[in-house]
Amino acid sequence: MAAEREPPPLGDGKPTDFEDLEDGEDLFTSTVSTLESSPSSPEPASLPAEDISANSNGPKPTEVVLDDDREDLFAEATEEVSLDSPEREPILSSEPSPAVTPVTPTTLIAPRIESKSMSAPVIFDRSREEIEEEANGDIFDIEIGVSDPEKVGDGMNAYMAYRVTTKTSLSMFSKSEFSVKRRFSDFLGLHSKLASKYLHVGYIVPPAPEKSIVGMTKVKVGKEDSSSTEFVEKRRAALERYLQRTVKHPTLLQDPDLRQFLESSELPRAVNTQALSGAGILRMVNKAADAVNKMTIKMNESDAWFEEKQQQFENLDQQLRELHVSVEALVCHRKELSANTAAFAKSAAMLGNSEDHTALSRALSQLAEVEEKIDQLHQEQAFADFYMFSELLSDYIRLIAAVKGVFDHRMKCWQKWEDAQITLLKKREAEAKMMVANKPDKIQQAKNEIREWEAKVQQGERDFEQISKTIRKEVGRFEKERVKDFKTVIIKYLESLVQTQQQLIKYWEAFLPEAKAIA
Amino acid sequence: MMEGLDDGPDFLSEEDRGLKAINVNLQSDAALQVDISDALSERDKVKFTVHTKSSLPNFKQNEFSVVRQHEEFIWLHDSFVENEDYAGYIIPPAPPRPDFDASREKLQKLGEGEGSMTKEEFTKMKQELEAEYLAIFKKTVAMHEVFLCRVAAHPILRRDLNFHVFLEYNQDLSVRGKNKKEKLEDFFKNMVKSADGVIVSGVKDVDDFFEHERTFLLEYHNRVKDASAKSDRMTRSHKSAADDYNRIGSSLYALGTQDSTDICKFFLKVSELFDKTRKIEARVSADEDLKLSDLLKYYLRESQAAKDLLYRRSRSLVDYENANKALDKARAKNKDVLQAETSQQLCCQKFEKISESAKQELIDFKTRRVAAFRKNLVELAELELKHAKGNLQLLQNCLAVLNGDT
Repeated sequence: MAAEREPPPLGDGKPTDFEDLEDGEDLFTSTVSTLESSPSSPEPASLPAEDISANSNGPKPTEVVLDDDREDLFAEATEEVSLDSPEREPILSSEPSPAVTPVTPTTLIAPRIESKSMSAPVIFDRSREEIEEEANGDIFDIEIGVSDPEKVGDGMNAYMAYRVTTKTSLSMFSKSEFSVKRRFSDFLGLHSKLASKYLHVGYIVPPAPEKSIVGMTKVKVGKEDSSSTEFVEKRRAALERYLQRTVKHPTLLQDPDLRQFLESSELPRAVNTQALSGAGILRMVNKAADAVNKMTIKMNESDAWFEEKQQQFENLDQQLRELHVSVEALVCHRKELSANTAAFAKSAAMLGNSEDHTALSRALSQLAEVEEKIDQLHQEQAFADFYMFSELLSDYIRLIAAVKGVFDHRMKCWQKWEDAQITLLKKREAEAKMMVANKPDKIQQAKNEIREWEAKVQQGERDFEQISKTIRKEVGRFEKERVKDFKTVIIKYLESLVQTQQQLIKYWEAFLPEAKAIA
Repeated sequence: MMEGLDDGPDFLSEEDRGLKAINVNLQSDAALQVDISDALSERDKVKFTVHTKSSLPNFKQNEFSVVRQHEEFIWLHDSFVENEDYAGYIIPPAPPRPDFDASREKLQKLGEGEGSMTKEEFTKMKQELEAEYLAIFKKTVAMHEVFLCRVAAHPILRRDLNFHVFLEYNQDLSVRGKNKKEKLEDFFKNMVKSADGVIVSGVKDVDDFFEHERTFLLEYHNRVKDASAKSDRMTRSHKSAADDYNRIGSSLYALGTQDSTDICKFFLKVSELFDKTRKIEARVSADEDLKLSDLLKYYLRESQAAKDLLYRRSRSLVDYENANKALDKARAKNKDVLQAETSQQLCCQKFEKISESAKQELIDFKTRRVAAFRKNLVELAELELKHAKGNLQLLQNCLAVLNGDT
């Protein structure tokens, strides 16, 4: 019965399908308690933190006793799988359910990834939380690469096509490895679709890389110089990071538009992304209107959490921008250093040539060679500076803008609710007036309107609660991702610095005996 | 401003202080030992305390000190250049003028911008600029010292009277800097000299040794000039990059102290790393500057002095040949023969004297040069290695801590 794999009930991917959370929530609570009683991971501390905190409105199981009775746990789990528990729908698990296979404790110690998926609560309902749970478990099982930029077409209609390769073991995809060709406007189109669906309900949708008219024009015109290759590489890397961030988001991963983007060989051209199109202009107008509105909305913030968070993000934004400026300066200076070192190397070689003392001449030539190698080193380091450190910072500056956008949506939502309340009040007043004036037909109309607006007020309140809840969760997830991202990238960057120093040591060690040999 | 040559922040260690080390074969014997024991930086001039230890009978005491300024060094150098007797020697190049303008400007700007930055940033930058100032200061002291040591080591020049006066006379030498008229005169003199130099260099030399030296020096001088300029630019870029590390460290620190997540410890550690690694990078840049840029700059000046020697020799050769021609003419006309003869003899003597000493000087120059390059290149490589290893250690330690935490 149980372990049947059904496609997620995400017909048209409208988030409203997930709206009725009541059951899901409870369900999650109970699954959590199941987890507590039947832990299935050999790594107690990390497990709950990883899986549960993503859904922060669930209770946080702090202590999970795991050491004893592993075998029993599995026995229990196996039992649960076979049970057709009344409150739960048939069990669905992402992989061949580990609960079904007879497991010994040793297998539990196996790779973390495995344990993660094993730890995913075995019993779920197809609610949003559980899908996220599942996705969390599979989060390492989708890999996106953007590669092979190819110029298609000629002249001003030319564009760059990128190969998007997906490697995954997620069963929502028909194949485990596939690739498609996409152009930049396709990426923008994807983002615009996701943004229109998820932003206004509080999801932090990762922003797409920015357009660059200058850069693209150079490429179109066919300038085959280093700056256009650099531009293409920068864009390719940015697109890759964009997709990787998007698929990491459990809800967005489920979106059919995303899947279509990754999978289908043909994609309808997204014309609305062009800056000067009708849609583009509409976007600009809307942006301006939003900015004005933001200034006029005076929200009664009842929840200090939101105010605090907004302030924090403001601060973070400022600091990241400052850091970004410094890192960009470093990139620039390192490139300069590389160029100057190369020039010096040539000059030293010339000097070595004209030196008439043989040993010194040789040593100077060697010095020139060392400096040439060092200039290469500096260039590589400058790339690392840029692609790892600098781009990380600019990505996050844009992400924080998206976060701020989400907070703004919440404000708008509140405004809508507030407006509905005011209108309701007006309608009630109108009704009262009608009562006094004694106009029976108008009274009926008034009553209808009141009912209508009462419903709207209720909806507004619900929407507001919903978006607030979503934002809390999203911010929690975002912060976790941010911490992980920064740590990973910065450590990688430091490792690149380590490599540079190691190379430097090698080069100078080779040169030293040459210098000493001058007699 | 900064006063006194304090060994406080030891930006330049003892080993580096001695630019005199650029010229290795300095017979610093008991007969005459000169050094600059102290220096004071005032408003717009630097006062050097020149300290002499000598067993020569020429001096009243065995050990004494005087205070000299840059202009007096230049006066001494020029007196050598203008002295006909020294035409056959490579005159040690004059030390460059102490130039604190850039550094002073930066310190001033820092003072003005004090309000716009945090206290930590301000202290950091102030320390940085003070260290820079100190470094320039130490360099200018070293360069003046090298000049004096070269003179003291030269068998002929060390006996020069002006030199003794310079060392001993404890009053102001009243050597004023050249006024505008004199500077203009100098300018024209130089122009004439270089034009003359071109003409004179057109004369092919019979002597192979000198012919070779001339070709060599010409090319060498130009290439050293180029290498020196490029090396300068390289070290400056290096320093800029090191300065960026400083700012990055500060920004990371700000992030670390204000972040709400558990990443703040991480940021603080990385900030610390950048601060430390920056010090090393600054040191690398300073050492490259000292061992490479300064070396090249010095040999730029020395090779110019050697070229000047060759020019003087060529000039005297031309004079000699002209005197010969004049003598022939006089003999033909049988007029003023004696005068022509004496003139010719003088020229001949002068030329031969110059040639003889020039040969030795040029050979010494080569020896000195090779030794100096060897010493500095070895030291450069050793320092680069030391710093790279230090840097590596820092980075690896930091990574170990960061990886351990996560």
